[in-house]
Amino acid sequence: MILLSTGFDFSKIYWSEIWTATWDTLRMLFFSGIFTFIIGLPIGILLFMTARGNSVWSRMLYRVISFIVNILRSVPFVILMISIIPLTKLIVGTSIGVLGSIPPLVLAAAPFFARLVETSLREVDRGVIEAAEAMGASKGQIVGKVLLPESMPSLIAGITITIVTLVSYTAMSGLIGGGGLGDLAIRYGYQRYEMEIMVVAVILMIIIVQLIQVLGDILVKRFSRK
Amino acid sequence: MTCQPFSVVPEKGFFDHKKFFSLLDQKREGTIMIQLKQLSKTYGSKHKQTVALSDINVTIDRGEIFGIIGHSGAGKSTLLRSINLLERPTAGEVWIGDTNLTALSDVDLQGQRRKIGMIFQHFNLLSSATIFDNIAFPLRLVRTPKAEVEQKVDNLLKLVGLEEHRNKYPSQLSGGQKQRVGIARALANDPEVLLCDEATSALDPQTTQSILRLLLDINKQFGITIVLITHEMHVIQTICDTVAVIHDGRIVEQGPVTEVFLKPQHAVTRDFIREENESAELLDRLIASLPSNDHTEVVKINFLGTSTYQPILSEAVQATGVSFAILQGTIATMKDTPYGQLIVRFEGDKEAIAKTYEMLRTQVHELEVIG
Repeated sequence: MILLSTGFDFSKIYWSEIWTATWDTLRMLFFSGIFTFIIGLPIGILLFMTARGNSVWSRMLYRVISFIVNILRSVPFVILMISIIPLTKLIVGTSIGVLGSIPPLVLAAAPFFARLVETSLREVDRGVIEAAEAMGASKGQIVGKVLLPESMPSLIAGITITIVTLVSYTAMSGLIGGGGLGDLAIRYGYQRYEMEIMVVAVILMIIIVQLIQVLGDILVKRFSRK
Repeated sequence: MTCQPFSVVPEKGFFDHKKFFSLLDQKREGTIMIQLKQLSKTYGSKHKQTVALSDINVTIDRGEIFGIIGHSGAGKSTLLRSINLLERPTAGEVWIGDTNLTALSDVDLQGQRRKIGMIFQHFNLLSSATIFDNIAFPLRLVRTPKAEVEQKVDNLLKLVGLEEHRNKYPSQLSGGQKQRVGIARALANDPEVLLCDEATSALDPQTTQSILRLLLDINKQFGITIVLITHEMHVIQTICDTVAVIHDGRIVEQGPVTEVFLKPQHAVTRDFIREENESAELLDRLIASLPSNDHTEVVKINFLGTSTYQPILSEAVQATGVSFAILQGTIATMKDTPYGQLIVRFEGDKEAIAKTYEMLRTQVHELEVIG
């Protein structure tokens, strides 16, 4: 109602383009989310395990991984995206479209997720880990049977935060022709002054974020036993 | 049958520890479960070292309940954790049976640890797993077949009396119930040794008693050697056979509980016993306030075993004609051994009193003139 009264004309909207863009955004989220999880989780576990290790080597390994993660996290996404275009081409063969946006998205989100994983694992009661060690559990068993199940709610919350962050990253990937809702909003809203499309695109992104958050909260609740 | 020195009731109210233990020493070969040899542990860098343990030598027999008592920070937790090498000692050896744990590789150590159960002050259960899954945890680590896991866990649930809580989560149980789960979990792999890390310190007195009774049952039923650490003398008194007192990372006193309890040598030990027995100070004041002369003497008499319940004192004074007043007295049991301690003030002529002592000494555990 407010929008209508400010002179927006929603009859000018190209709905088919909006649906294509929404679909692109969802695909980007899905694939970058999966790869972020696959790459970020082991790095997070490695960060946690090497930080507690006793040997000189493990502490050194921790510092190296930690340093790389910090670097990737301090580069703004827009700059990271542009600067790795050659690498993106090497990996997926193109630097534009949904496919071309996935490597930079993963490279930006995986270190972020890895830190969240590390933090989640640190919250696991040390006593429980000690008990597992006392029962003769190997390092792998401690990860698989203690750390991950015990930190499950916290890990799910971390995944939720990461995917929401990815939503805003996908919007920026429009700058290098990544496609999706963000791209649509910039092209129509910023470059052609067609505010209606920008408004619709933003509303759709809000809906996507809300859905992810609600789903994440439900899962966290489902896995909480404390 | 495993050896449990103090379940033996001494005959005729007389119990000679020295003789008993020298006999035991001869039979000792093959009955040793745990041996800590010259264990020491230091923390920190070369410049600033903290000594947590120094020169610890302990031998624990198979089937024994061995208590380690000490104030917080004395090193008892480090000592207990060095038995399964959760804390690696800086020097010294840890032997479990015929195995030198300190010489094992990580993988072999994991295998040995499965034979050592451990329970904790804060239970350390998996909050994300049900009671069943918690108890099954050590079995699943070694890929035990599903049917065997089911059967074993159900038996353990029955043993600790938690059958109806099978599918609950730890957060739904009370402290005492959680510790029972901890005990069931520790027993799942049929260990030979059970380490108890302040297992009752987070529990109320009644629950503490029931957990101690359970531990005693387990010790008797399965012959499992139990090593426990505590800062409460009554825990030691209730279930232990042997006690070691640790202070500043050193063992300052160790021996059979009855011996250490009735005749503490070290100041720290006396403190612990005094904490249990608040009236000790009162007694000191009482004795000081009484008039003393040539015809009175105050003695401490320790009874041990069945002599505790015999009319030894009255028989002696009837024979010698000495009169007496009991200033203080305790009769209780240490694990299964009854013991008594009387503070008695004798009045009579010197020779008669000396004769009374002579008679008493043949029947009581110990008699000491204290004033």
